[in-house]
Amino acid sequence: MRRTWWLWGASLAAYAFLYVPLTIVVLFSFNDSKLNAEWVGFTWSWYRTLFDDDAMLAAARNSLFIAVTASLAATVLGTMAGIAMHRYRPRLLPFMVLTPVAMPEILLGVSLLVFFISVFGEQALSLATVIVAHTTFCIGFVAIIVRARLAGMDESIFEAARDLGATPWQTFRLITLPLIMPGVIAGTLMSFTLSIDDFVITFFTTGVGVSTLPLQIYTMIKVAVTPEVNAVSTLLMVLTLTMIVVASRLAPDALRGQG
Amino acid sequence: MALLEIRNVTRRFGPLTAVDDVSVAIEAGEFFTLLGPSGCGKTTLLRMIAGFDLPDAGAILLDGRDLAGTPPEKRPIHTVFQSYALFPHMTVSQNIAFPLKMAGKSAGEISTKVKGALEQVHLEEKGAQYPHELSGGQKQRVALARGLVNQPRVLLLDEPLGALDAKLREEMQFELIELQRDIGVTFVFVTHAQPEALALSHRIAVMDRGRVVQLDEPSKIYGLPVNRFVADFIGKCNILDAAVVEASPGGLKLEVKGLGEIAAPAREGVRPGERGVLALRPEQVRIGPPDSQHDLKNHFTGRVHDLLYVGDITTYVVELPNGTRIEALLPNSAPGRATFFEKGDTVRVAWRHDAGNFLRD
Amino acid sequence: MTRPRAEPVTRWLVGGPPFLFLFVFFALPSLIMVAASFRYPGEFGGLAPLAATRPGEDAGLTAENYGVFFSDWIYFQILAKSFGVALLTTLVCLVMAYPLALLIARSPKRHRDFMILLVVLPFASNFLVRVYAWMIILGDQSVFLRPINYLLAQFGAEPVSLLFNGFAVVVGMVYVHLPFMILPLYTNLEKHDPVLLDAAQDLGANTWSRFWRVTFPLSLPGIFSGTALVFIPVLGMFAIPEILGGKDDWMVGNMIKEAFLGTRDWPFGSMLSIMLTLAVLTVAGLAAWLARKGTARA
Repeated sequence: MRRTWWLWGASLAAYAFLYVPLTIVVLFSFNDSKLNAEWVGFTWSWYRTLFDDDAMLAAARNSLFIAVTASLAATVLGTMAGIAMHRYRPRLLPFMVLTPVAMPEILLGVSLLVFFISVFGEQALSLATVIVAHTTFCIGFVAIIVRARLAGMDESIFEAARDLGATPWQTFRLITLPLIMPGVIAGTLMSFTLSIDDFVITFFTTGVGVSTLPLQIYTMIKVAVTPEVNAVSTLLMVLTLTMIVVASRLAPDALRGQG
Repeated sequence: MALLEIRNVTRRFGPLTAVDDVSVAIEAGEFFTLLGPSGCGKTTLLRMIAGFDLPDAGAILLDGRDLAGTPPEKRPIHTVFQSYALFPHMTVSQNIAFPLKMAGKSAGEISTKVKGALEQVHLEEKGAQYPHELSGGQKQRVALARGLVNQPRVLLLDEPLGALDAKLREEMQFELIELQRDIGVTFVFVTHAQPEALALSHRIAVMDRGRVVQLDEPSKIYGLPVNRFVADFIGKCNILDAAVVEASPGGLKLEVKGLGEIAAPAREGVRPGERGVLALRPEQVRIGPPDSQHDLKNHFTGRVHDLLYVGDITTYVVELPNGTRIEALLPNSAPGRATFFEKGDTVRVAWRHDAGNFLRD
Repeated sequence: MTRPRAEPVTRWLVGGPPFLFLFVFFALPSLIMVAASFRYPGEFGGLAPLAATRPGEDAGLTAENYGVFFSDWIYFQILAKSFGVALLTTLVCLVMAYPLALLIARSPKRHRDFMILLVVLPFASNFLVRVYAWMIILGDQSVFLRPINYLLAQFGAEPVSLLFNGFAVVVGMVYVHLPFMILPLYTNLEKHDPVLLDAAQDLGANTWSRFWRVTFPLSLPGIFSGTALVFIPVLGMFAIPEILGGKDDWMVGNMIKEAFLGTRDWPFGSMLSIMLTLAVLTVAGLAAWLARKGTARA
């Protein structure tokens, strides 16, 4: 690159800005010191504490259960929505599917809080309400990915299938589904990631005693900060990192924001 | 009884009438072409035959049976789409096997038939490849094989050669004719390319704005166009405004402003005083030096306005005394000589008394 | 243009379930929230009943929540501050994101996917973790701050505190939302035809002119997308001001959270949420209108 040294410089600065803070978090998770101040020595102790922490383990179990359930539900509903949006061009559905994604999360969180308690009473909030809440905002992501995938395909393929003797159901099973499958899987992985990481919406819709990993992290940050936070953060990062890499292989267009 | 009958079919889209009361009878074993400019309704008609659209009025009958209640997947009619529509996630063999699977054929029968189909389109080694690995011409042949493998009653082809380059297009045209002749399936071919239609078809239906204007063999469509639209659309044509002076079984006498009297071939039902046009093909117009060709009835002196040399022939645009310009073709058969005439030269153009057609608009 | 043939059944089968789910769990709650903003707060929090069950109890509908918003200056201030933070965050994100997006867009094709992946990966970390990271960096004990304060002390200056103030909040906001500005910008810049820049250069434009008169105008739709993706979420944030900011740095989101979980004055919280929604819709509408104007010209 000829005279673009400034472009490289500014870009490297941006990349550094993105990665240095996270590197510090990961680094200090191995630091043999209670304070996140300076490096003392290498240790696994914070990770060990994690696995002894019952509250943390319960939160991890909840997070996983919620993420698996919500991402599956969102995949089914989101795929149906994506297909419907592409094929039938409805007027109301896109709005309902995409707004939860576009709006600040706090609005969805409080409105569901009000809804659940008004309709189901004071004790309404629980694991189930969190799953419902997560599904609601994940549907949009799956729908966008599936719709983008359908938009990029030659429409006449579906007509050709029927022309050659396939019923609408056979066309869906043998042609449509295999072709959108990479997008569907990417959508599932994205939903899983979003659900595991979600803080704001979960914050407003969990019941008493139901905690998730992000909520645990929040409590620890506010109450007593120890590098245990670093440790759980690092583990979370590794998990979601894997999901994103796999998802990006399956649906590269989705990450670039098309559709 | 005709194999495929289109009876008074009409299809409207809001204020636009795409297909206007069309009636056509297609015979078994025919290579039948729907020819016309874009928007003339030919593709709409094709889609109705395939079952992806329903007529607003009229009926489409196969072997005398109305197809109205039958969805596309149940019709023994297959389509070769303009974009080929090969399933990207299936191999060539799997693509071709698809209609056989839908028809519930046994695995053994499928594998035999697929092999046969691949041989027929000269793609024996390509069975295990995926569509994206094939060239345009190869994809086309897979689409053809797929449409023919379970022997439909009719094969519909929607501008299948459109995406191919000129040379490949010509090759495919020969292959198509051979294929249709060997297999004997009825082809209904849609195109706007009239040389192609003339080359491939047994019969052509020329369509304009939703109506069939002329239905005939290629030679009659070309040589005896029924009106100005057909004459102008098919091949190149000189159009001269003319009025009928005399009409007899032996021929017509036409009056063209500024040129005088012109002899034209007889036409039924034409009466003196009628106005219309004389449609004259460029190859019917002889061109020569000013002092030649006195034996032809119609001759005029003109000036060469322009010329186009394309290797085997030269097209001359000659300006006639009344200001109109006509095209004349001259084969460049004398080797080594590029042109006989230059721009600005005075020439004599002439044509036979039975050349051309008098057409009403 | 196929005529619907038994299509309505399929349409409802395919589009029905997601529509129903979202109607119940998105549309309905939103409507309930609107209604709630016009109610009285219950005695022990939540909503007061619509019909009074005891004499002297507040019940039924009222517009007093909105009245409070418009009468007390502080609420408007906080809303304005939220807009300010959002605007500042967006601008900083834009300035930081543009060079990076440009670099990636101009890199050879085989590098681009990897470079974009590098941008997205930090997104893999939990949002709170990303905020926490800045607590470490900006904290008084941090490796970065202590030497700076030490030097300042040498010159007799006051030690600087970078945490629990507006500065930290903005840094946190920028950090969390930067990828959302980079991605749409990149998507747009990638589509630019390099020939246009050659043509501009051929006609006498220098580097700055080529950027300002060709690249920048063409990138406006991407800028608007990125702005919407940053501005709107920032408006509703509460966690970042809470963790990285001080009491003075409260934004609309903090007030909403306090209303629902602290004072349990649901009607007031609902009213604030409606105000936030209106603010978001205004911004979104503006962005969409500007984006359409930008693309119409291009």
